Amino acid sequence: MATTDVALRQATGQAGQKRVVNNMSIQVATVNGSGSQSSNSVLLRSIFQMGVPVSGKNLFPSNIAGLPTWYTIRANKDGYIARKKEIDFLVAMNAETAKEDVMSLAAGAAVLYDEPLGLDKLRNDLTFYSVPYDKLVAPVCPEAKLRKLVKNMIYVGVVAKLLDIDMAQVEKAIRKQFATKQKAANLNFAAAKAGYDYAASSLTKQDPYFIQPMDKTAGKIIIDGNSAAALGSMFAGVTVVTWYPITPSSSLVETLIDYMKEYRIGKDGKATFAIVQAEDELAAIGMVLGAGWAGARSMTATAGPGISLMAEFAGLSYYAEVPGVIWNIQRVGPSTGLPTRTSQGDILSTAVLSHGDTKHIMLIPNSVAECFSMATDAFNLAEQFQTLVFVMSDLDLGMNNWMSDPFEYPTTPINRGKVLTKEDLNRLGSFSRYKDVDGDGIGYRTLPGTEHPAAAYFTRGTGHNEQSQYSERPDDFERNMERINKKFETARSFVPRPEVITTGKAKLGIIAYGTSHWGIIESRDQLRNEYGIETDYLRLRAYPFTREVHEFIEKHDRVYVVEQNRDAQMLSLLKLDIKPELVTRLRSIAHIHGLPLDARSVTDELSSMEGK
Amino acid sequence: MATTPTSTPAPKTNRIGLTVLDYRGGKTTLCAGCGHNAISERIIDAMYEMGVPPERVIKPSGIGCSSKSPAYFMSRSHSFNAVHGRMPSIATGAVLANQKLIALGVSGDGDTASIGVGQFVHLMRRNLPIIYIIEDNGVYGLTKGQFSATADLGSKLKTGVINDLPPIDTCAMAITLGATFVGRSFSGDKRQLHAMLKAAIAHKGTVMIDVVSPCVTFNDHEGSTKSYKYMKDHEEPIQDINFIPAFEEISVEYDPGATVQVTMHDGSRLQLHKLEEDYDPTDRIRAISRLHEAHENNEVLTGVFYVNTKAPSFIDMLDMTPEPLATLPESVVRPGREVLEQVMEGLR
Repeated sequence: MATTDVALRQATGQAGQKRVVNNMSIQVATVNGSGSQSSNSVLLRSIFQMGVPVSGKNLFPSNIAGLPTWYTIRANKDGYIARKKEIDFLVAMNAETAKEDVMSLAAGAAVLYDEPLGLDKLRNDLTFYSVPYDKLVAPVCPEAKLRKLVKNMIYVGVVAKLLDIDMAQVEKAIRKQFATKQKAANLNFAAAKAGYDYAASSLTKQDPYFIQPMDKTAGKIIIDGNSAAALGSMFAGVTVVTWYPITPSSSLVETLIDYMKEYRIGKDGKATFAIVQAEDELAAIGMVLGAGWAGARSMTATAGPGISLMAEFAGLSYYAEVPGVIWNIQRVGPSTGLPTRTSQGDILSTAVLSHGDTKHIMLIPNSVAECFSMATDAFNLAEQFQTLVFVMSDLDLGMNNWMSDPFEYPTTPINRGKVLTKEDLNRLGSFSRYKDVDGDGIGYRTLPGTEHPAAAYFTRGTGHNEQSQYSERPDDFERNMERINKKFETARSFVPRPEVITTGKAKLGIIAYGTSHWGIIESRDQLRNEYGIETDYLRLRAYPFTREVHEFIEKHDRVYVVEQNRDAQMLSLLKLDIKPELVTRLRSIAHIHGLPLDARSVTDELSSMEGK
Repeated sequence: MATTPTSTPAPKTNRIGLTVLDYRGGKTTLCAGCGHNAISERIIDAMYEMGVPPERVIKPSGIGCSSKSPAYFMSRSHSFNAVHGRMPSIATGAVLANQKLIALGVSGDGDTASIGVGQFVHLMRRNLPIIYIIEDNGVYGLTKGQFSATADLGSKLKTGVINDLPPIDTCAMAITLGATFVGRSFSGDKRQLHAMLKAAIAHKGTVMIDVVSPCVTFNDHEGSTKSYKYMKDHEEPIQDINFIPAFEEISVEYDPGATVQVTMHDGSRLQLHKLEEDYDPTDRIRAISRLHEAHENNEVLTGVFYVNTKAPSFIDMLDMTPEPLATLPESVVRPGREVLEQVMEGLR
């Protein structure tokens, strides 16, 4: 708990300090391209395998090799897995940033550094451990060119010894990491062992941090959000995937390609899908719409700059009513922005993407499990409502590793929406593509290739009447736009409902969404424990907003809308949707630094706005 | 003689029992005399004569006068009038979703060579099965007569403005990039365009036909190089084209010295009677160089410049199940519980 953290922090470095067990953040500072990713995964997995809740966040540069990168592992017995603002244990491997990294630590933290860096002179309120990596690596790795990579596994061993991480778990994690390469696994384990042995013989434990076995991760999995989204899309029955590489979405499709090759090739060796790398995002969404129009379950994955390019086609999808799914793995904009940092900065622009009156359905996953489950929701909604559905993930969720319960097999059947077959047309004689037959705003469509003389209709982005004929008549245009709006209203009852936590005694509400969730659940505890502030919480899972959102705002005096952008984008959308007299209840807490939202920042800001 | 007919004869039908009226579209709203209307007529005739079921055809298009024209032919086929310059991506997606569809894309010179040049070049590279028709008049009609990127150097607008940039030769570009059936025709050359379109229907791969189609309102005056008059004076057909569909069991003698015969994917025969002695439509490099020569000589070459029936199409390369992806059942597209369990186990 945060209150105890503060007390312990003051005690650290002094005699008789308390042990801090299963509650710490470890930061590894390295150089991009040095191979530290494997070492960090092994460290993360070792702690996970010991049953301790853990999360790993990679703060990396937009660069192939040479620029600084940081990896933060948080282990927390209470299950808090948001980014922790304070670093407790620094592994300083990067000469370039070492000094700044050390200077930014709070008193009491521990630093493990490469001996030649000589960091121990910098401060006297930290615990320092030095390791002669170059001396240790030579005997375990005779091949000089591999040493740069293997060196990183040495710190895993040292950290394991200092924090009391079970070496059997380290070995298991290394063998999993290098599953197909036994030689590499042996070499890396030898390096970890060398680090462990060095720490045992030459270092004296002085910091208070320990990892001890727990039972909180049994049966759980570790996966990143993009892989979860890929899996979800495969089980949602996607058949056409088009894409243009862009960070942080590329790994979604690359992982999907692997899964589809493994599990979606028929007995005849033929693919039950088509995946095409397009020439740009304009073509990617065009192909999605062409395929969706012709009846495929089609999708693309992209990030902000791609979304901007897709704007014109998004309007066509909205107005000509063509289904498709777009995964938006949000990164920091505007413009190229911070391509390797996380954000919720596309909420407003995506909600109304394109010119004219447009409104799009957005689903907002907060976890890898929801990346998986919302894939089926997204495809079903897209075909049900004959429109684009955007799944608003972000870099933090998409590219970082998260613990999760195993995913549940989708129980919702694949819903292809209102599609008329040849037999239907034989019965009906004819149909009007854009007529609201059922009162829900949704018309019936036919797929190209339907063998019936009355099946064809003319799909167009120009003004049209119910029969899809060109029309500039004001009444046709108005009626059509009202009907499309009715679809959006209908969608309110079909999109995923928010997660609402009410205490029954709070006058304050918090509304958040996506990955902000993890900071919020921790912050609510901090607010209660440190300030006596009780809050209710609503986690949005979709746009348009459902009934629960309006009710939640009505029930609270003040509602803090927490989000990871500058302009309070979701708050702006809420303002458009709620009764005017409720607008003044909304308060914004917004962060735009590109780092995953941490609890402490929210707690500080909210308590201060509450006058505490 | 004085015999009175007792019944009207049954209307003529094609090999699938449809009349030519079954291939007609809505009434055109283009200008009287517009070349595009003639092209629509040729498409109707070719599709009718080839006996293509209209329900299997899709008509994607971009934006512009040309891209409106799918409304004026084949109303029994699905149409998709998309956004400016992006017809190729819509067509690609649709063909991926249902490889049994016959895609006939209609674009214009602005839609293809300016705003859509990015998607155009990549469509050509993929050799997707599609018939891509450029209705090429060298100007933007709907915005009242600005030059497009296919306008020839020195060509003059009605306002007197002279084009001082070189034209993009979409045929040379298509051949360079990998299209496997490339030709140019003229909306006023009924016989040639008709034969070319029928051969296009028989081809499996990207067919790119640039049809010079005069704009009677904005580009049919003295000084224009895309006018009816200029075309009549400068058109240089490279071959005399004869197309014999596979379903017509007739043998046509030809002199291999004077005629190149290409056997199409469906067994149809395309006979190209050479008007230029050494022209070989299977030689890519020569085709491109001949097109560049034509520009030097102020000739408007027409004919089938390049044809390759051996190259794999994009659909072949994707190695998909032959059933349309669009209608695969849940049992095929959603793997079973055991697959999810297996994946979960690997992540523990």
